[in-house]
Amino acid sequence: MIQLSRWKVTLVVLSLLVGLLLAYPNVLTPAQREALPGWLPKNGLNLGLDLQGGSYLLLEVDVPAMRAKRVTNLVEDVRTTLAEQKIPIGSLQREAGGVVVTIGEGAQYDAALTALRTLAQTGAPQGQSDRAVTRLSDNRMRFAFTDAALAAMGATAVDQSIEVVRRRIDSTGTKEISITRQGADRIVVQAPGESDPSALERVIGQTAQLTFQMVDTSSNGLQDAMAGRVPPDSELLMGEDGVTPYLVKKRVLVSGENLTRAGVGSDQNGRPAIDFRFDGQGARRFGEATAQNIGKPFAIILDGKIISAPTIQGAITGGTGQITGNFTIQSASELVNLLNGGALPAPLKVEERRVVGAELGADAIKAGQVSTAVGAGIIVLFMILSYGFLFGGISVIGLMLNGILIVAAMSLFQATLTLPGIAGLVLTFAVAVDANVLIYERMRDEARAGRSVIASMDAGFNKAMGTIIDANLTTLVAALIMFAFGAGPVRGFAWTLTIGVFTSMFSSVMVAQVLLGYWLKVAKPKKLPIAE
Amino acid sequence: MRGWPFIKLLPHKTNFHFVKYAFPAGILSVVLCVASIVACFYPGLEMGIDFKGGAVMEMTAPAGKSIDAGKVREAMNNLDLGEVQVQNIDGDQRAIVRFQVPDNEDQTAVVTRVQKGITDAVGQVAFSGTSVVGSKVSGELFTSGLLALGAAIVLMFAYIWFRFEPQFGFGAVAGLVHDVILTFGLIVLFRLEFSLNMVAAILTVIGYSMNDTVVVFDRLRENLRKYKTMPLREVIDLSINETLSRTIITGVTAVMVLAALAVFGGEALFGFSIALMAGIIIGTYSSIYVGAPIILLWGVKRGGSIDEDAKPIKFGMASRP
Repeated sequence: MIQLSRWKVTLVVLSLLVGLLLAYPNVLTPAQREALPGWLPKNGLNLGLDLQGGSYLLLEVDVPAMRAKRVTNLVEDVRTTLAEQKIPIGSLQREAGGVVVTIGEGAQYDAALTALRTLAQTGAPQGQSDRAVTRLSDNRMRFAFTDAALAAMGATAVDQSIEVVRRRIDSTGTKEISITRQGADRIVVQAPGESDPSALERVIGQTAQLTFQMVDTSSNGLQDAMAGRVPPDSELLMGEDGVTPYLVKKRVLVSGENLTRAGVGSDQNGRPAIDFRFDGQGARRFGEATAQNIGKPFAIILDGKIISAPTIQGAITGGTGQITGNFTIQSASELVNLLNGGALPAPLKVEERRVVGAELGADAIKAGQVSTAVGAGIIVLFMILSYGFLFGGISVIGLMLNGILIVAAMSLFQATLTLPGIAGLVLTFAVAVDANVLIYERMRDEARAGRSVIASMDAGFNKAMGTIIDANLTTLVAALIMFAFGAGPVRGFAWTLTIGVFTSMFSSVMVAQVLLGYWLKVAKPKKLPIAE
Repeated sequence: MRGWPFIKLLPHKTNFHFVKYAFPAGILSVVLCVASIVACFYPGLEMGIDFKGGAVMEMTAPAGKSIDAGKVREAMNNLDLGEVQVQNIDGDQRAIVRFQVPDNEDQTAVVTRVQKGITDAVGQVAFSGTSVVGSKVSGELFTSGLLALGAAIVLMFAYIWFRFEPQFGFGAVAGLVHDVILTFGLIVLFRLEFSLNMVAAILTVIGYSMNDTVVVFDRLRENLRKYKTMPLREVIDLSINETLSRTIITGVTAVMVLAALAVFGGEALFGFSIALMAGIIIGTYSSIYVGAPIILLWGVKRGGSIDEDAKPIKFGMASRP
């Protein structure tokens, strides 16, 4: 085993060369890296947010809120449809996924059933409606989302949210922001370098749900509502100032989904405004609604706040319009971006945030560098003092190769290096020399038992190997568990440990074998220098 | 030169009777474990926001200015956010604020409110770091942290069972549980904050402690084959003695390196390194005094029959709850 074999030498030299090649970009500036020829690896270490500075946001898609909103729309659809057919409603009882309708006159039951069946089919491909009507006893029927539709709502909401967040972030031009799904209903947004996450949050935190609804102009309606008697088909909303109350009909005439394009324009007075265009369906609905309600005010509502409530001057059939309100150029263009990116299907709630300023990250890097240097220095000193320049020196060379290989592997796999990860790295060095210590101690044992130099060195490697593998596998198990359960920084730590286990086993055993084999061949020693 | 390299200074054959002291050591371990468990509930672990939920905000004043912690505290109290801690670090230029985010309030809104409140009170400061963890996420993190520790112990047990014998597995797991419990005890004693990083530290301690145990067990297994008639207790003593120089060198290296991390790694790594250091010292002790002697309690199979030598030594305290 200790005999110098050609393949072992080749393997050590090759790994050193490959390691150097992969680790090399880390000493270059970004500009120098870009200038490297295309076939050379360019990636440096992937620093975690705690070292580089940046923001991490864990967002939860509020699926229940979205379902509730969809059910509200469904209830209002039922109310309007039955009113249009002049079918008296006994009562509407809201349920989790729909509504139970009691028809006022039994004779009208079948007519109501037909009307709701037609409603269920509107806008859906033949036989594939997401809503269904069921007969119940005593003049009642249920109009509700199908179970499949309710289940799909959650999944699609998360997918759509990721899509919308990505579009919005792209439109801001910020690069390198990663958006990933986590679990059933969560999204992780990570932005390196951005020290002010509030801009990021403004972009993704707003639902940007735009709706056009009629203002409830019934006499005393507003006063009654303020006193707590809100009519069942209306809701009380606040203006953008947060003070002025408005009573608006719950039914949505047209919503942001029907927008095809929004842009920043200006109103007659030259103040910033938002120009928009509806798609075909939106234009038709808006045209009908405006034609029927000339002279009455309607409300433009963004995320539950009323931006403006203009009075309809005439039917608007062209499908274009303008929203005027209290806009600045900046707020108008932010809103335009949001509208063009699409509304989030459900509100996003921030569940966890970690923001590290770039300066704090730089401090952490400095602390990491200093402690790594001091730690490595201690190991080098200790090994040389314990085992002398030859044996100690050989483990130090193994350690250097180990360091190069770790940096190379982490750059290659783009594993995230975090501050605890650096600690893991330093500890890996300490455990790496453990392999050398095991081998050397074993050699000493064998020499003490009276074996020749070659025999004791051979036995040292052979017998220590099983122990080294067993011992390293336990570290690997611990690292794998950190992967499975850990988040963020802990995973970074696990990465470093895992990579370190492999590189350290390779470099401390292989380098020692090759160099000691070479020493045996050249020096032909009579005595093991580390044995008494 | 005599005595160089220094490894030659280590006595080449030690003859400590470790097993002889296993009984008092066992009692000491049990007492310390019970004390640690009690300490985890009273006074209790100091939970970080990872597991408790809440917010930590760090701020830096512009160069040459300082942050008045009193003013910040006053501003925070006006915001009505329950218990608030304000603390200056690195002199007066920086400060850390800890507070709770009410469950029914939006995180973003609360953070904005706090930042505004503070800048109104002490002037323009840079918010250099913010961490907010919602109560839902912190609960999940805590559960998964405990699960990770449990899973690690179970997997290590399975691994030792598979590689050695069940008796070795029990010894190893007793050692692991002992290390984890005592590390928790020291975390409480040193008033370190229990966070996600701490879980990583304890998992590493588990890995290291196993590493140490495996080295001793490996030698034990080898010696059991080599000296078929030697009493088990003596084989254990022999194996521990034979691996002692390695145990000391590796342990000392690891502890020195961790000390460097604690001193130079800054605040973020301090608690982490201290916990690791404590765990590694405990782990080294347990491979000698918990892992191996426990094997004596059950005895091991040698050439087909359970070693009878196990009988006369009774220090069952260690296995009693």
